[in-house]
Amino acid sequence: MTRARAFAEPLVATAVALALAGALLALLGADPVAALRALAGGAFGDSLALETTAVRAGPLALLGLGVALSFRCGIWNIGGGGQLAAGALAATAFATKSASDWPGALALPLALLAGAAAGALWAALAAALRVYRNVSEVLSTILLNFVALELVAWAVQGPLQEASRSYPQSDALPAAARLALFPGAHIAHVGLLLAAALPFAVWALLFRTAAGLRLRAVGFNPDAARYAAVSPELETARVLVLSGALAGLAGAIEVCGVTGRLFADPAGGYGFTAIAVALLARLHPLGVLPASLVFAALAAGGGAMQRSAAVPSVVVQVIEALVILFSIGFALPRREGA
Amino acid sequence: MDAQTLQLAESTVRLATPLALAALGELVAERAGVLNIGIEGMMLAGALAAYEAGAATGSALVALAAALLAACALAALFALFALRRRADPIVTGTAVNILALGATGSMFRLLHPAQAMLSNAPQVGDVLPGLNAFTAAALLLAGSVALFLRRTRAGLSLRAVGERAEAADAQGLSVARIRWAATLFGGACAGVAGASLVLCLSDRFVEGMTNGKGFIALALVLFGAHRAARIVAGALLFGAASALQFTLQAAHVDVAYPLLLMVPYLLTLLVLALFAGRSRAPADLAKPFHGRD
Repeated sequence: MTRARAFAEPLVATAVALALAGALLALLGADPVAALRALAGGAFGDSLALETTAVRAGPLALLGLGVALSFRCGIWNIGGGGQLAAGALAATAFATKSASDWPGALALPLALLAGAAAGALWAALAAALRVYRNVSEVLSTILLNFVALELVAWAVQGPLQEASRSYPQSDALPAAARLALFPGAHIAHVGLLLAAALPFAVWALLFRTAAGLRLRAVGFNPDAARYAAVSPELETARVLVLSGALAGLAGAIEVCGVTGRLFADPAGGYGFTAIAVALLARLHPLGVLPASLVFAALAAGGGAMQRSAAVPSVVVQVIEALVILFSIGFALPRREGA
Repeated sequence: MDAQTLQLAESTVRLATPLALAALGELVAERAGVLNIGIEGMMLAGALAAYEAGAATGSALVALAAALLAACALAALFALFALRRRADPIVTGTAVNILALGATGSMFRLLHPAQAMLSNAPQVGDVLPGLNAFTAAALLLAGSVALFLRRTRAGLSLRAVGERAEAADAQGLSVARIRWAATLFGGACAGVAGASLVLCLSDRFVEGMTNGKGFIALALVLFGAHRAARIVAGALLFGAASALQFTLQAAHVDVAYPLLLMVPYLLTLLVLALFAGRSRAPADLAKPFHGRD
């Protein structure tokens, strides 16, 4: 596979998916050109649109990074959404309930850490089921998504509900636990720097350390890895916990940097979109950055498209699914006999 | 039996029916070596197709046919990628699920702009007193799937393809054709299961209304150790758990609603933890076959 093809194929996949989605819209009686124009305007039209795209790309990059990491190791973590929700829940619980017990400078790092830890823990449940009970992580991570969703729904109308008890939402996070905005920005927050830096860290881990080699070895061939004294079970658990931590961190960044409080369903469609991000990135940690921008633009533009072209924003999911199908058609490394 | 117990039993069976239908279809697919995690999306497509066709024509039969068509179309898409192009079945199935979620959502919103009056889908009634047609179909399906797999030559061929595709191929069986057929059959069952959601359990389509039922059906296949009778028993267990959840809610028991909604998923996880390790999946499940097409 040449380097040029590695860059060209994701572009082709995206273009074909967009064209097919346009055809679907035309079939359903909507104007695809107006829809695409509204989509582009909502994603890139002005500085606020650009910031919206960047803000949406943050969690997608972190979630997509977790998916890329786990898929590369042959582990099907479909639970990014649930792990994100667990992270958002823990960060909110810490920030609204006990951040005041800590020095102000520690509130934000501890909230982010709580989020990453909760995401890791949520994924560790699936890891334990896989390692000790031979339960496929495909099913356990999907089921844990539903559990996390209900857990957050319960929290925002129960123990974490705002003091006034008017809406199913938490209190606003204290200022000390909020991520600052970039100077002059409307919504772009400094947490995006973390999302931009971590893919490089994961790249270094995977390709420049012995631990990364062990992870990749399990992905290539678990039996051969076992002969090389690498425990596939241990590596499975490591990968799941690490990708869960990334998702949990994404959840914490969402509440500390974007929403400022916890609402029901903090993950939205991010969990599934992350799979499209990882596959478009050809499971490469650095490819996740441009891929997350593509889907963030679709998400940001999808809202605008719904408002001005009256085309439902869920059509973006159709585009995601098509991108996945066109990516796996030729991109996903297929493990023989696995 | 007092009225409340009777009602609980009745809703247990009603709620178990779509799970059993979808799981029995997946059983056939998995026995042929096809792991189709896209049945959630196929159920959803079946539900929307059944609603639109049913509400437009008033005929439950047309609704059912539309559901079959929509779900089989998605199953064919899955087979095209997972079987013909030998793409990873997990990723392909996930893409099918996302596609179904997005496509049904877009179509439903475009066909019914906000505040438009929604008409009801026609309802499928009982074939015998207390026995809904969908439940009867599920029981019939369980019996015939069990017989087919265990007692017929075609069933033996299908199991051979799932256990040892190379050997089956050497025997002159067409691995590709049998896997395609099993995938389409599984898709059709998921479509009927989805149709039952709007033709029996409720009379409307709601976005994302399958809510993980397809994944619970997948877990039931493991719980049932790839056997039809045990899958039906598992479906009844889940039906009972869901029915109990509605009963508690109706009785205003002081448990927060979201915690009740969690129960089916937690139960599925528990059942998987207890039984998944013991279930022996077909040896060639989810493995690509590299022979001739």
